[in-house]
Amino acid sequence: MNHWPLIGVAVVVLGFVLRLNPVLVVVTAGLSSGIAAGKSLADLLALLGTAFISNRGLFLFVLTLPVIGLLERYGLREQARRWIERIRGLSLGLLLISYLAIRQILSMLGLLHVAGHAQTVRPLVAPMSEAAAAKMRDQELSEPERHQVRAMAAATDNVGLFFGEDVFIAFGAVLIIHGFFREHGIELSTIAIALWALPTAILAFIIHAVRILRLQARLKAAVRKSDAAT
Amino acid sequence: MLRLEHIFIAIGLFLAFSAWLNLRERRYAMTVFWAILACAFLFGRRINELAAAGERLPAQLMGVGVIALGVLASLRKLPAPAESQTAVEREASATRLGGRLFTAALVIPLATLVLVLGEPWLHWGAITAFDPRDHKLIALGIACVIALAVAGWITRARPQQSVVEGRRLLDTLSWAVLLPMVLATLGTVFTVTGVGDSVSVLMSSVIPVDNRLACVLAYGLGMVLFTVVMGNAFAAFPVITAGIGLPFLVLEHGANPAIVGALGMLTGYCGTLLTPMAANFNIVPAVLLELPNQHDVIRAQWPTALLLMGCNLALMYWLVFP
Repeated sequence: MNHWPLIGVAVVVLGFVLRLNPVLVVVTAGLSSGIAAGKSLADLLALLGTAFISNRGLFLFVLTLPVIGLLERYGLREQARRWIERIRGLSLGLLLISYLAIRQILSMLGLLHVAGHAQTVRPLVAPMSEAAAAKMRDQELSEPERHQVRAMAAATDNVGLFFGEDVFIAFGAVLIIHGFFREHGIELSTIAIALWALPTAILAFIIHAVRILRLQARLKAAVRKSDAAT
Repeated sequence: MLRLEHIFIAIGLFLAFSAWLNLRERRYAMTVFWAILACAFLFGRRINELAAAGERLPAQLMGVGVIALGVLASLRKLPAPAESQTAVEREASATRLGGRLFTAALVIPLATLVLVLGEPWLHWGAITAFDPRDHKLIALGIACVIALAVAGWITRARPQQSVVEGRRLLDTLSWAVLLPMVLATLGTVFTVTGVGDSVSVLMSSVIPVDNRLACVLAYGLGMVLFTVVMGNAFAAFPVITAGIGLPFLVLEHGANPAIVGALGMLTGYCGTLLTPMAANFNIVPAVLLELPNQHDVIRAQWPTALLLMGCNLALMYWLVFP
């Protein structure tokens, strides 16, 4: 067996370690794996072209940009912040944990594209989280704290999406698992596969909710420390 | 019938417009960048049809285009075009429009929801509204168009304003927007050149196969590791399950295949949370949220990923064996 195509993996790892531009790294990795596998340049270019075109679905979120851009220009993020300031008792933890729950349930129902980083996190969840954190402790967030809160909002979207997904029956991941075992002569019921994903879904919710609460506690502690210093 | 192709053409036109705006401002690198990408969207279907029919020249040119995109992306980053309104103006506009801005922002998720759930009713006789294979993606595309109309009506902005603002965000994202597509392309190249088979052959040669715990660890960690490399648990699953999960866990130790499959895939997802290769989940949002470091989202989620990975491995060890 020819193990040389593994060189592409090494190129990816090296490129990310050296912090070169990821797009260039990935294209170079593809070319090196292809050459190592003994493909001709003509084959390799055609493979790159057709594979690139076949994956256009991943670019769909770009269509949300004109809407989000327009609404942001007219003050959407400012409005999201004000709205949070008006609701009493809404803490950062409550906001993000509710979003986590909603995202997991939507994703269990197969509604993956209803929310997302471009559709909901940038215009709504991120500014709301910043406002909720600032309101909770009566003090504006510092720049690094602001970044932490935003990154946590994005992480919450990912965790909710991934660990709700497998629970629904007629769904991508379950169908891949089902199809794989059928190909190898093992017939499984999709319901059995889906049910065994439930414990992980619950654990994911608990672990991430605790981490959100710990971020909230850290942000609160930071203000107490700065109070004590003055 | 609406097909995904129609949505792609809309994206292609948006990209072409962005290229043209950059050309007018003499930002030539960005112009070429968006123009190459616009070609993939406007002519992609035709190119792949020709390639399938044996006429490979257009596909090869697209391949050259992909390499050119990589080189252009690595050039020095141009500053994003300036915002057209100041913070004060945005505050004033937020006061004027108030809750109506929310309504428009919620149109994307709500219209997607309605179109996905209502899909079974969206047909007239033999004519269906959406291509059933891609109806969820088409629903998102249509929802964006509806939201654009609502947003335009609420803000009373001129239609071209939205495309100008969209292009501002597109230029802010620049190469990050492209990363998910190139990574998926790399996944295809890895599969075709046998990288996956190599990994599973090498891994299975070092596992002590008579030890249950070693097999569980090798399978779970193999899923995580390979997902980190490929950026996608769906790509890792068949490779690692065929290489380790099926022969050693299911056939050798009699593990329950449904549990092996479900927990194996979910353990792979923990890897997705850890890797810059899963760009659409980890790198794109870091750029979208204007975080200082492109790995900031991974930094926020790695503890969740590792804890959950530990839980999954323990669950697998306790649950899979009869």
